[in-house]
Amino acid sequence: MTAYIARRLVLLPIVAFGVTLLIFILLQLLSPTMRAALFVTDPRQLQALHEIIKTYQLDAPFYIQYWNWMKAVFTGNWGWSETARMPVLQAIKSFFPNTFELALLSFIPILLVGIWLGTLSAVHRDRIIDHLSRFFGISGYSLPTFIWGLFLLMLFYGHFRWFPPGRLSLEASLYVNSPEFRRFTGLLTVDALLNGEFWIFVDALRHLALPVLTLTVHDTALLVRITRSSMLEVLRQDYVRTARSKGLAEPVVINKHARKNALIPVITLSSLLFVGLLGGVVITETVFEYPGIGRWGAAAALHLDIPAVAGFALFFATLTVFGNLVADILYAYVDPRIRLR
Amino acid sequence: MARNAVAIPERAVPAGVAVGQSYWQIAWRRFKHHRVALLGGAVILLFLLLAIFAPYLTPYSFEQIDLLNRKAPPSLKHLLGTDDLGHDVLTRLLYAGRISLTVGFSAALTSAFFGTLIGGLAGFYGRWLDNVLMRITDIMLSIPDLPVIIILARYMGGSVVGIVFVLTLFAWMGTARLVRGEILKLRNQDFTEAARAMGASDVRILVRHLIPNALAPVIVAATLTVGSAILLEAALSFLGVGIQPPTPSWGNMLQNAQDFIWTAPWLAVWPGAMIFLTVLCFNFLGDGLRDALDPRLKV
Repeated sequence: MTAYIARRLVLLPIVAFGVTLLIFILLQLLSPTMRAALFVTDPRQLQALHEIIKTYQLDAPFYIQYWNWMKAVFTGNWGWSETARMPVLQAIKSFFPNTFELALLSFIPILLVGIWLGTLSAVHRDRIIDHLSRFFGISGYSLPTFIWGLFLLMLFYGHFRWFPPGRLSLEASLYVNSPEFRRFTGLLTVDALLNGEFWIFVDALRHLALPVLTLTVHDTALLVRITRSSMLEVLRQDYVRTARSKGLAEPVVINKHARKNALIPVITLSSLLFVGLLGGVVITETVFEYPGIGRWGAAAALHLDIPAVAGFALFFATLTVFGNLVADILYAYVDPRIRLR
Repeated sequence: MARNAVAIPERAVPAGVAVGQSYWQIAWRRFKHHRVALLGGAVILLFLLLAIFAPYLTPYSFEQIDLLNRKAPPSLKHLLGTDDLGHDVLTRLLYAGRISLTVGFSAALTSAFFGTLIGGLAGFYGRWLDNVLMRITDIMLSIPDLPVIIILARYMGGSVVGIVFVLTLFAWMGTARLVRGEILKLRNQDFTEAARAMGASDVRILVRHLIPNALAPVIVAATLTVGSAILLEAALSFLGVGIQPPTPSWGNMLQNAQDFIWTAPWLAVWPGAMIFLTVLCFNFLGDGLRDALDPRLKV
C-alpha cells in the first residue's frame, strides 16, 4: 500500500510542473505589459509599469520569466484580478466557499439517487424501470447545463417567482455582511444555523435550489450509467450465483454481496466527480449569477483578466491532481488486488 | 448465432478455413438490433440533410432582415417566428446547423486523428516516449478547460477553424488513452511478430496492423466527441466567445435569445432543442456503436 501511494506521489510534482509550464506557455502569447499584472498585488503599482517589467525581467528569455513567475506563485503572489478588484488569492478565498457549498449540496443527492437508481436499473434489467432510468441516464447526460438552467430559471423564477437567482436577498446579505453575523465555516447555510438565524438559512437555500437542481441532473445521470453497468457486471459473476444457491434472500445478495463490489468504480470516481463539480460550475454559476469561483473565472476570461485565469487554472489543476490521488488511494483501499500489484 | 453458418454446407468448406462473418458484419448485425441507436443515427442523418440542403428549403437568406416584422411569433410566413432583427428563425436554425455540425464533426475527426497518433506512438514505442506522452495527457486532463478555452477562443476571433482548433486541443486525450491501451494489448500478439518477421517496418506495423485493430474505441469516442464538441461550442457561443454573428450557430442564437427570454421565449426554445436533440442522438449512436463494436469498452 505504501509503495503504491509513494509511486503515485512521485507523479504528482511532474504533473504539477507540467501544468504550470503549460499555463505559462499560454501566457507568452501576451505582451510583457499585460503579463505585468501577474506580479502586482495592488492596481496602483501598475502605474510604474516599466519598473515591474524590469524587476521581474518580463522581456528576458522564457526560462528566466518562468522561474520568476514560479517564485512569485510559491511566495503567495498570484497577481491582481481586475474582474474581482482584489488580489487573485484573496478572490479565490472569498469565492471558493460559495462554490464549495453549491458543489457539496449537489454531491449528496447525486450520490444517493445515482447509486439507488443505478442499482434498481441493473436488478430489474430490461423491465420498465430499467428503460426509464436508462432514458433518464442518457438524456440527463446529454442535457446542456445552460439550456436546462435557463429553462429552470424561466419556470421557477420567471413564472412562479419561487427561486430567485443570485446568492442572497438584499436584507439577508446586509445582515450577513454586518458585524453581528459571525462566520464560522464560510458556508452560508451552516453559518446561518450556527448563528441561529433561520430566515437566512431559508433565504440561502432558496437561492441554492435552482443551481443545485441544474448541477444534479447531469452527474446523477452519469452515476446511474456507471452504477448500472458495474452492477450488471458483478451480478453475472459466479460468487453471486453461489450466494443465491446458498438460499440467501435476494435483498441480502443484492445489497451485501453484489453492491459492495459494484461500488468500487463508483467510489473511485466519486472524488473525481466532486472535483469535476467544483470546476464544472462555470456555466451554472453564470446562468444563475451565483457569486462563486466559476462565474468569476468565466467573467475573468471574457475580460482577458489574465492573472485571474492563470490563478483559476492553477487552483483547479491542483485540485484535480489531488482528486486523482484520492481516487487512486480509494481504489487501492477498496480493492486489495490493486494494492498487491 | 448458428443460423449464419447454415447457409454454407459444412463439407464445402476446406479444413482450416474460418467460416462466418467478418468482425464488421457481426458488429453491424448487433447494431441493427439497437433501435435507439438506429433512431439516433436517422435523426442525425436528417439534420445533416437539412443543413446541407438549407438553401433549397427556405425562401429567405440567413442574413436577410425584416425590420417591420421583428420578434414575430410563429406564423405561416415565418414558421418558427422571427428574431429581434427580423431574421427568419427557421432559416437561421438550418444554417446554424451547418456551422454547429461542421464544428462538431471537424473537432471529432481532428481529435480522433491526434489521439490515435499520440496513443499509437506511446503504446508502440513504450519506454520514455510513452512516459512523456502520457504525462502530457495527464497534464492536459488536469487543466480546467472552460476558462482557458474561453481565452484561447477569444484569441482565435470566433472563426470556425479557430474554434475547431481550440476544441481539438482539449478533446484528444481520451482517445489517446484508449488507443494506447489497445496497442499495448496488440503489440505482443503473434500477428505483430509475424509481420515483423516478414520485414515490415515500424510504420507499416503500426498503420497496417495495429491501428486498424484498435479502431473500435476510436470510432465510439469520436461519435461521442461530436456531441460534446457541439455542446462546448454552444457553451462558448452562449458566453459570447464562440462563432460570432452574423454567422449563425445554435449557441449564438441561444445567447441572443437570452436577452428576450421574457418577451419572445420561442427564440430560445428552438436552438436549445436542436442542441439537446443533436447531443442526445450522438450519445444514442455512440452507445449503440459501443455495444456493437466492443461492449466492454469504458468510454
